[in-house]
Amino acid sequence: MTAASLDFTGENLLRELAPQVLGATIRRFGDFSAAEDAVQEALLAAAVQWPEEGVPDNPRGWLIHVAARRMTDQLRADLARRRRETVVMMQTPAPPPLAAFASSFGEPGFAERTDQDDTLILLFMCCHPALTRPSAIALTLRAVGGLTTAEIANAFLVPEATMAQRISRAKQRIKTSGIPFRMPTDRERAERLSAVLHVLYLTFNEGYASSIGPTLSRTDLSNEAIRLTRAVHALLPNDPEVAGLLALMLLTDARRPARTGPDGELIPLTEQDRSLWDREAIAEGIAIITRTLSKGSIGVYQLQAAIAAIHDEASRVEDTDWPQILALYGLLRRMSDNPMLTLNYAIASAMVNGPPAGLELLKSLDADERLAGHYRLDAVRAHLLEMAGDRDAAIAHYRKAAGRTSSIPERNYLTTKAARLAAERK
Amino acid sequence: MKYMLMMHAPRGTGDWQVFNWPPEDLKAHIGFMGRFAEELTRSGELVGAEGLAGPDEARIVRAGKDGAPEVTDGPFPESKEFLAGYWIVDVESPQRAYEIAARASAAPGRGGVPLNMRIEVRQVMSAPPVEQ
Repeated sequence: MTAASLDFTGENLLRELAPQVLGATIRRFGDFSAAEDAVQEALLAAAVQWPEEGVPDNPRGWLIHVAARRMTDQLRADLARRRRETVVMMQTPAPPPLAAFASSFGEPGFAERTDQDDTLILLFMCCHPALTRPSAIALTLRAVGGLTTAEIANAFLVPEATMAQRISRAKQRIKTSGIPFRMPTDRERAERLSAVLHVLYLTFNEGYASSIGPTLSRTDLSNEAIRLTRAVHALLPNDPEVAGLLALMLLTDARRPARTGPDGELIPLTEQDRSLWDREAIAEGIAIITRTLSKGSIGVYQLQAAIAAIHDEASRVEDTDWPQILALYGLLRRMSDNPMLTLNYAIASAMVNGPPAGLELLKSLDADERLAGHYRLDAVRAHLLEMAGDRDAAIAHYRKAAGRTSSIPERNYLTTKAARLAAERK
Repeated sequence: MKYMLMMHAPRGTGDWQVFNWPPEDLKAHIGFMGRFAEELTRSGELVGAEGLAGPDEARIVRAGKDGAPEVTDGPFPESKEFLAGYWIVDVESPQRAYEIAARASAAPGRGGVPLNMRIEVRQVMSAPPVEQ
């Protein structure tokens, strides 16, 4: 490869190799936190050197070698410092030679044998239930995604120093909780995988939900979540929920081009120009979810993907198969006790059985503390009241929702809805 | 030098004033705010800007006797204005900060008439001067 060829592909190559190199380094040295720093330094060195000198023949070996050298340098410096400190007080025997650490590192087949497992183990570590979700997301993006701290900080709109602290605390937490670098046991596996999927799902949402107007950098988060979920799907091709999550992301992301208007305003699903949807992503998502559903074991991501597929399949909003969506939300509600699902169920119910049926369902949510004061309940109620022709009540609830939301595009949308209805009244 | 421009928006009577605007006026106002932020970004003066959630969601917190938070609703209902958002700009002179503030103040309101909102302009504290 020539120097000039380290372009977008070169960066992708680095990001793909990042978790493999980190896995190999942790396996050798044991210290997750220090290994993570060493690998970041190796990635930075590659980003500087490869464009000038060309990509080495064995890029992974190169990175592992550089990371290992950083680790041994660091260990040597630590030991030297400790020796200087202790030598003052008492004579201690010299520490064991460091060569032992590095010797087996170049062993042929060492990295190859464990690469795939390592990426998965890393994901399980970064998404460990002992970490808060924001920490897990940041750590996953850095350790598995190979993003720099600055890139992650930029995506979350926080200062780099803040993000560096968040990552460093997460690593410290992994260190002190003594999470071993190994696959979870069979007993732990389902719970741990669901934590991984949740972190990937949140990462996607963080990018998708806020990719409005000028904050385009955040769409990178959705793309990164899709890339990582693709990688997990490649590692666990037979896991139906991993496939379901990938399909859900693709089918949702496909609508992104139609989701905002020329002034950055939010356009709801029912009013979107469907010719702008990404047909290729829809086709891929539908193929994955169809293949997966036929296998049997149904889960929440698969059901949500199936619902997204039904929306995406309708080339006009009036062609939407609402009875099927209602049935799928019914299944989802049985699997997960989440009031947000009831909100969506109420909308589907209104579409199938008329607005009074939907409004009746919303009543059960008024007493739900998890939803108390949440703008979504007011927004959905406003929408159903509008459908039912009760304009004044709809206006009141749109306004209430607008006063409660913490999203500016959402507030603009809700305020405009109220204003339009008020203008019709005159 | 950096300045913080705080937008004190009219609260309206018992409700949020914008709720009673016709949709086209609302659209013009939203469009103005978007373009304004874009302009400040392009001129290289925008450091940061945030809009704040509705005043009904605001809370006033004071430390109680034992340091525990004492939370009350606020800002107070009788106030005519509320802090709706802010910009931080990095400009050459205070005059430039005032110009920007005046532009924000004249954001279009009902019927496209400038709102002439109160914009509080405060200089952001900076590092000590370099010793000569």
